[in-house]
Amino acid sequence: MTRTKQTILVADDDEDFVAMTKILLEAQGYEVLAAGGQKEAGKLLAGRSVSLAIVDLMMEHEDGGFALCYHIKKKDPAIPVILVTGVTSETGLEFDAATDEERKWVKADVMLAKPVRAEQMRREITRLLAGKD
Amino acid sequence: MNELRVLVIDDELGMRLGAERVLSGLTIDLPDVGEQVRFLVAQAESGEEGLEKIAAAVPDLVLLDHKLPGMSGLDVLDRLTADKRDVLTIMITAYASLETAISATKRGAYDFLAKPFTPAELKAAVRKAAHHVMLQRQARRLAEEKRQVRFQFISVLAHELKAPLAAIEGYLRIIQDRSAGDDQAAYDHMLDRSLVRLEGMRKLIVDLLDLTRIESGQKQRDLKDLDVREVARTSIETLLPSARERNIAIRLHADAPVVLSADRGEIEIILNNLVSNAVKYNRDGGQVDVTVRADEQSVALEVRDTGIGMSREDLERLFQDFVRIKNEKTRNILGSGLGLSTLKKLATLYGGEVSVTSEPDVGSTFTVVLRKRPDGQEDAHATRDDRRLAAGN
Repeated sequence: MTRTKQTILVADDDEDFVAMTKILLEAQGYEVLAAGGQKEAGKLLAGRSVSLAIVDLMMEHEDGGFALCYHIKKKDPAIPVILVTGVTSETGLEFDAATDEERKWVKADVMLAKPVRAEQMRREITRLLAGKD
Repeated sequence: MNELRVLVIDDELGMRLGAERVLSGLTIDLPDVGEQVRFLVAQAESGEEGLEKIAAAVPDLVLLDHKLPGMSGLDVLDRLTADKRDVLTIMITAYASLETAISATKRGAYDFLAKPFTPAELKAAVRKAAHHVMLQRQARRLAEEKRQVRFQFISVLAHELKAPLAAIEGYLRIIQDRSAGDDQAAYDHMLDRSLVRLEGMRKLIVDLLDLTRIESGQKQRDLKDLDVREVARTSIETLLPSARERNIAIRLHADAPVVLSADRGEIEIILNNLVSNAVKYNRDGGQVDVTVRADEQSVALEVRDTGIGMSREDLERLFQDFVRIKNEKTRNILGSGLGLSTLKKLATLYGGEVSVTSEPDVGSTFTVVLRKRPDGQEDAHATRDDRRLAAGN
């Protein structure tokens, strides 16, 4: 039985984060759509669908990640979104996606702080994609 | 219009009513601090009652009689000091006793007024105190704004320093776990990228130190007559190797030496920043034109490139700390986002300014105008303001 590869969108203006995430995900058998920013991600998403999205909070604009999360969930609320950020406590931007209430306005299912450990990323992706194909 | 709360503590009804009558209709104009002040007056007939009222709502100013039944004026003063109340006190003494005045001032009174006093004397004393209160408020507001700006700067700085660390750490872990399999080229690429990120981090730290030195004003400025054309020449030579790599030509336009009394290090930072940006954000095979001009009052440095240019939206954000224009064209260009902030701060030291015109895909022109005598009228004004605030503390 052949199973089509699941596709994951990775959007970050830090090209190194995109590159290393791509390496790690491809090693686990996912197909990766890499985007260097919010606009590019939007264009890629217009053409095809993805199983999951990994989005950086700060891209071209300070809250570019929020906007992209919103866009993805609006298109299909069932797509799990992982919001990644290098800023947490320092900026006073203290929020999380741990409760339903928070997930309602932060349009993401999980938030991870950079640097994201490969193991942690793998665990969250597996959990979010469980039962989907 | 500001409203200052005044509490009159005196056992003599006539005194309390008199003070209230003089102050309630009064508006004091403080043109040098740019404020107008009105007064809201409350009364207390003993020290004990006064302290109760102060505990309930701290006034800005207390007119305090020295000789009170029960607690004396000095006792009240001691309590205010012990409780660290942020309130100015004008001590009212029954006769012009120098000892009482000195003793009150030592114990924290701001000023004193000798009985009997005329309404004009009361107004003058209150005016002086109001001036002090307003200055203190302004100084506090400024300090708070500064604190906010600094907090924001440090937050973004932390982000900018953590980003390369995260990238390098991530690559090292992949290399450690051999997560990219047997593809040797992939590992080489990760090592190259790690070195690039380290270089970017080093540049950020160097720029940050430059900026901090300029902002702190601690760097000894060495102002001498120097030829700006010659500094421009040196700056171009420094950047020529990186320009040649991408086949970019740099030309200097200046007919004669341009003399300016300036700190050579500062002019070098300005020119290096401008020329290095013009190379970085140029297209391969492009051109950079550096023009040095002077007139009676000022020297203008103009650097024009044939690069990627900027949109109107980008231009508006350009001079903010750490702002880097991020798009597909700038993705592989290294920078700290501090160069132009530094440039702007340096230009201010010369009473000058930085302007920019740009067109996407055609190029940008940055012009820095430095005044030959920056210590003009505006500067003298600024110094006076600083002194005034220092006195207010």
